[in-house]
Amino acid sequence: MKNPLDSLWGTVVSGLVLTVILYLLVRSVMGG
Amino acid sequence: MDFVHYALGRWVHIGAGVMWIGLLYYFNFVNAAAAKAATADGTAAGISRHVMPRALLFFRWAAVITWVAGALLLGTRLPDAFLFLSKAYVPIGVGAWLGTIMLFNVWVLIWPNQQKVLGMKSADDEAKIKARRTAFLASRINTLLSIPTLFFMSASGGLFRAAYFSF
Repeated sequence: MKNPLDSLWGTVVSGLVLTVILYLLVRSVMGG
Repeated sequence: MDFVHYALGRWVHIGAGVMWIGLLYYFNFVNAAAAKAATADGTAAGISRHVMPRALLFFRWAAVITWVAGALLLGTRLPDAFLFLSKAYVPIGVGAWLGTIMLFNVWVLIWPNQQKVLGMKSADDEAKIKARRTAFLASRINTLLSIPTLFFMSASGGLFRAAYFSF
């Protein structure tokens, strides 16, 4: 499998995916 | 005193952060492809000698100023953020942890390896190839982490926190 960090847009998409995951996690921790 | 702490402190935090992340995006969105093209036509020496050392100087110290200003802004609530002790500080705590990992990457992975790549520290060809790859991946990881970091910085206060987290 190709490392997504070797592609600029793979890096950006990975960052957006991580943002969504962390957002949902934090929202659930905060009881929202 | 609150004016200096919160208004000026936030201004410095954001300003230094713009310089840090701006240069990070310059490295990733512009310079990586430019250096590749310049190597192909034999003009990369100018970038290595004149652009990179200056860009890295502002990059690594802007990272320090951003982190220190952020820590001063948190003040006595710093443990609440880093240890997630209070609900209101969870979003900025995530941002603070991501920013701390990014600062570590700058000073421990990117800067020492870039010194080898740019010839500021002696290294043989094999070590330079390894250093280039390590610095590249750390820089890409920081680009990746900057996206949630900026989100949690913007979503951590007052009305914005209420809009995103209903808290």
